[in-house]
Amino acid sequence: MPDFKRTKSLENVPTHYCPGCGHGIIHRLVAEVVDELDIREKTIGIAPVGCAVLAYDYWNFDVTEAAHGRPLAVATGIKRTRPKNIVFTYQGDGDLAAIGTAETLHAANRGENLTCIFVNNTVYGMTGGQMAPTTMSGQKTATTPFGRHPDKGEGFPLKISEILALLPGVVYVERVAVSTPQRVMSAKKAIKQAFVNQIENKGFSLVEVLSMCPTIWGMSPVHAAEYIETTVIKAFPLGRIK
Amino acid sequence: MKRELLAGNNAVGRAAIDAGCQFYAGYPITPQNELTAFMAKNMPANRRVFIQAESELAAINMVFGASAAGARAMTSSSSPGISLKQEGISYLAGAMLPAVIVNVQRGGPGLGNIGPSQSDYFQATRGGGHGDYRTIVLAPSSVEESYTLTYLGFSLADFYRTPVLILSDAITGQMAESVKLTKPDVKKYEIRSKEWALTGCSGRKKRIVRSLFLGRGVLEKRNLQLQQNYRVIEKQEVRSEVYNTQGAEILIVAYGSMFRLAKEIILKLRNKGKKIGGFRPITLWPFPYKRLSLLVSRNKIKKILVIEMSCGQMVEDVKIGVLGRSKIYFYGRTGGEIPAIDEIMEFIKRKKIA
Repeated sequence: MPDFKRTKSLENVPTHYCPGCGHGIIHRLVAEVVDELDIREKTIGIAPVGCAVLAYDYWNFDVTEAAHGRPLAVATGIKRTRPKNIVFTYQGDGDLAAIGTAETLHAANRGENLTCIFVNNTVYGMTGGQMAPTTMSGQKTATTPFGRHPDKGEGFPLKISEILALLPGVVYVERVAVSTPQRVMSAKKAIKQAFVNQIENKGFSLVEVLSMCPTIWGMSPVHAAEYIETTVIKAFPLGRIK
Repeated sequence: MKRELLAGNNAVGRAAIDAGCQFYAGYPITPQNELTAFMAKNMPANRRVFIQAESELAAINMVFGASAAGARAMTSSSSPGISLKQEGISYLAGAMLPAVIVNVQRGGPGLGNIGPSQSDYFQATRGGGHGDYRTIVLAPSSVEESYTLTYLGFSLADFYRTPVLILSDAITGQMAESVKLTKPDVKKYEIRSKEWALTGCSGRKKRIVRSLFLGRGVLEKRNLQLQQNYRVIEKQEVRSEVYNTQGAEILIVAYGSMFRLAKEIILKLRNKGKKIGGFRPITLWPFPYKRLSLLVSRNKIKKILVIEMSCGQMVEDVKIGVLGRSKIYFYGRTGGEIPAIDEIMEFIKRKKIA
């Protein structure tokens, strides 16, 4: 059994995330993978607009912000300029699949050699829980107070990962969750794969992580994790998509 | 170097290559397409990066990334596309990232038309996007100057850590002239290294590129830092040209391609014995208020005619420089129309300006 050491790619600071939020776990998984692959000193991260914009307070490597929806365009600029660096985006569902759909689709279609960590919690968290492109049918949000009704013009929950998997430039797409310890382990494996693909110059890799937002969902942390198991996974089935 | 026939858009591209631009992202829009095509050919040939982006938004954000990573980066477009880029320009300004953005202006508002125009003056000189910021605005009036100002633009952008706008138009961009390209002297703008650039934290502490500043007073502090930088730019980087101002009591103020017309008109009127000269702002921001003001006092300028391809956007800055000391006239055409020398002469006669 190896010694348990502090993750070098994480800062020793208190978190601003709500109790039970999935971001802390996912930040840590990214940091552990960066440590294990020994790429901290050449990694450049792109933080999104939303709760995770402050990711740079937690990660101990170079990070830039990007405008809402634009992380994959910014990442393209960085990676093309510095192909030897390891460049990844960390994006939420609104960022990646609503305002940034064009940037997402085209970076993927160009087969940019990038790693994309896509955190799907089915809502806009930072702004108070509005409908996200991934909000499930019937799910109540601040802007779908009666539940999302696809048949009333509110759109269907967007399975962007499945869409991206169709593109020839995309080499790897997997959907994981962080709602149980076992799932956290699988999530880490997928995130590692997405970084390894970039190191091996394979092309565009995306890991969609189903994550809890207890505050917006109006649930306890435990209940929010259960909600992923009972409900979210049904709308967004886990597993390797490509 | 020998003389050659070159169009303004291509001269901008040549300047970018010569100035060491490492990254270019563009999106098709007339009348700047020659530049994107030039970069598509010449950037890879010089082992630099060219990307045709999926949108103007993507292009400017790619430039943001390249610049954050320490590269000299450029994008270009024309008026409607520049409107789309404003988000990214604001973020570049907020994050203090250098970049060169070329606007080959066309008629607006909306889709407008593809004729030459100067109606993006307000947008260019007042910041353009959201927030308390400015960008350096360089306005070439010839193909040769399209080269020198773009070349200079890269140095200014790096030195002051700010986006620099090259404000051209469909005339200057598409007109071919016989030119002899010479690099401007940019030695004084040389910087040792970009100590803020994201290169991977090997052997140093991590770096963060950001425009988000939470906490009381933190964003204000950043804004005041930007303002301080702008005050230095206003002091150091004002550029203008005077033409035949000796003994002049009447002044034509115009910028970019319109100053070419102004020169013709001044020559015609000088030949008739009129005491007329010309003043051309080369930096539209910082605007040469003081130089204009001094010229007005020194020459006791009675009348000023501003000529623009707009409904009179620069007139406001001329008024600020003149402060009521001279009578100001304006002649402009808009919507992609070019004023003819004859119609301006007719206007001057009708208004008894000279």
